[in-house]
Amino acid sequence: MATEQTIAEGGAPRVPLLYDPRVRGIAYQVLVFVGLFAFVYWIIGNTTANLQRANIASGFGFLQGRAGFDIGDSLVAYSSDSTYGRALYVGFLNTLRVAILGIITATIVGFIIGIGRLSKNWLISRICLVYVEVFRNIPPLLVIFFWYFGVLSVLPLPRDSIELPFGSYLNSRGFYFPKFLWGEGAGLIALAFGLSLVFIWFVRRWAARRQAATGDQLPVLWISLGLLIGLPLLAFAVTGFPLSFEFPALSTFNLRGGVQVRPEFLSLYLALSFYTAAFIAEIVRAGVLGVNRGQSEASHALGLRNRPTLRLVVVPQALRIIIPPLTSQYLNLTKNSSLAVAIGYPDLVATGGTTLNQTGQAIEVVAIWLIVYLGLSLATAALMNWYNARKALVER
Amino acid sequence: MKTVFKALLGSAVFAVAAGSASAATLDDVKAKGHVQCGVSTGLAGFSAPDDKGEYTGLDVDFCRAVAAAVFDDPKAVQFSPLSAKERFTALQSGEVDILSRNTTWTISRDTALGLNFAGVTYYDGQGFMINSKKLQGINSALQLSGAAVCVQSGTTTELNLADYFKANNMEYNPVVFEKLEEVNTAYDQGRCDVYTTDQSGLYAIRLTLSAPDDHIVLPEIISKEPLGPVVRHGDDQWLDIAKWVYYALLNAEELGVSQANLEESLKSDNPEIRRLLGTEEGTKLGTDLGLTNDWAVRVIKHVGNYGEIFERNVGAESPLKISRGINALWTKGGLQYGMPIR
Repeated sequence: MATEQTIAEGGAPRVPLLYDPRVRGIAYQVLVFVGLFAFVYWIIGNTTANLQRANIASGFGFLQGRAGFDIGDSLVAYSSDSTYGRALYVGFLNTLRVAILGIITATIVGFIIGIGRLSKNWLISRICLVYVEVFRNIPPLLVIFFWYFGVLSVLPLPRDSIELPFGSYLNSRGFYFPKFLWGEGAGLIALAFGLSLVFIWFVRRWAARRQAATGDQLPVLWISLGLLIGLPLLAFAVTGFPLSFEFPALSTFNLRGGVQVRPEFLSLYLALSFYTAAFIAEIVRAGVLGVNRGQSEASHALGLRNRPTLRLVVVPQALRIIIPPLTSQYLNLTKNSSLAVAIGYPDLVATGGTTLNQTGQAIEVVAIWLIVYLGLSLATAALMNWYNARKALVER
Repeated sequence: MKTVFKALLGSAVFAVAAGSASAATLDDVKAKGHVQCGVSTGLAGFSAPDDKGEYTGLDVDFCRAVAAAVFDDPKAVQFSPLSAKERFTALQSGEVDILSRNTTWTISRDTALGLNFAGVTYYDGQGFMINSKKLQGINSALQLSGAAVCVQSGTTTELNLADYFKANNMEYNPVVFEKLEEVNTAYDQGRCDVYTTDQSGLYAIRLTLSAPDDHIVLPEIISKEPLGPVVRHGDDQWLDIAKWVYYALLNAEELGVSQANLEESLKSDNPEIRRLLGTEEGTKLGTDLGLTNDWAVRVIKHVGNYGEIFERNVGAESPLKISRGINALWTKGGLQYGMPIR
């Protein structure tokens, strides 16, 4: 008590308010905040005033207006009678579709190439090296153009379509394959599929417990596969094979019927996947190399063979290194999908751009773009951070 | 991406520079020493760079006429090539002073977009072009159900297309690009069966395809496309200048005043010609416009009258060979009608 008082009285001399570091710190922060606020306020005020002076309508009311233009590629019902808001939603779904499929493909290809670069086989590792160097050093827009014009110039016109097995066709209008038409009882099959997933989850849990208790290993993979395929197949047979196909057929101009994957989507999806895969490959390679060699040696010394060593020792540790940079690649892919506008794939930027032009609501549309991409990126980052936290070393 | 940037830039410019942009454009132009003119990224006959890299075309000549009226120099213009999507933001934000880019005059553009149209330099209509070699037996737009149609985004064309197919109960597959060159390439590569845009544009684009003779323009015209120069709303003086430069071009043709006979016309006794050319005693017509009294002389001396501009760029003297049609003067049964200069 006594010592504290001496310090309070003698150790910390009274300083003028102007020189108090704490006061100064707060003052600076207040100043910056007020300055920033004033700046934003001035920008908004000035913009509104100028918009009014130039007689430009503003606000988000335009979203309810009739769009009047058509969109070629839409996951939901859309026609020229739909609203601008709906057009933006269609664009958003298209962005989401190419981003999600692209992320999945890029991850798979990236892992294969990344592991391939570490292969002891000279040819494989060289091929993977060339792949990485080529795709990593070309701007993504050029990769997209390469695929798009490559695809367009190589493929024939609809009436000379390349025939592929199972009633599918390939031509300059895209890739066509038969549409699955589910009849009565399709719900039961879906139910069986869902059930099999639940069963698999239980089997895996039970197998893990059993192994912990007795040391016996179950062939979990085979049991899971059997469940996954067997149950829906059984349901399929019970309901009397309620499946028919609608095959694409040639009409005056194009193939009609079936499902069409347009070349714009195809080339954007392939370009983004292969481009991003090059970066993911390097991240994977870094991750695997980042695991100390002593870890696998120790694992071997414990009597684990190569595959369990990889699966149980190396990969879990490598993932800790891989996940954070992988997240930023996922974000890049999502954002790069806005390059779609160059080849006419109707993503959010394309439909938004048309909306912007037809309504003249530049600031509103740009704001929507910014918010949607920000939201998408934050959601991806949050998901990956959660996954990262799960995989991170738990310190006690 | 460029568009995003432009739009962003646009909004930023709104905030910072709009004060100067929406005030007196004429003063800004005089201070800069040139007219900043928004044109298309390349449409033969309307605005396209020639083999010397200089812009030529009907839309380009209109900007040159404005520059001539202000500076007595048709070269005092700088051109900004703009895509259909970029054009209005560029004009609104003050990036260009005048937009002369085969732009259709519509009510929403005149009102909600904060623009003003100065006149109709070309009366056009939307048409369709197909490859007649690959699609034999098609000679009407009504046979196009199920076709893949190439179109430029953000245009009235895109909207008319949707309306036309809907009204005729036909399906189609829109293939939409932002830039004209992208549409051209896609059509030429066979990505789509049909190309649709304004008919004048179709004739111009056909010349640039790899085999122009294989392609035919279908007879149907599905819309009204009055194309003309656009300025920002809120600057009446600049609008007046654009408007009257256009009327001066028409009146000059109507009165028979051309680049060739300008010297003789200056000595003319015809009061109408004297008013147009500012040779009348004590006239204030030019100065009231904010220009000099010989403003129309400058225009005609450097770019000629409307008829000369038309024939040179899209008419008989050009590869396009488009006839005057409804773009003839009203005295010859067309729609071009210059308001009286008096």
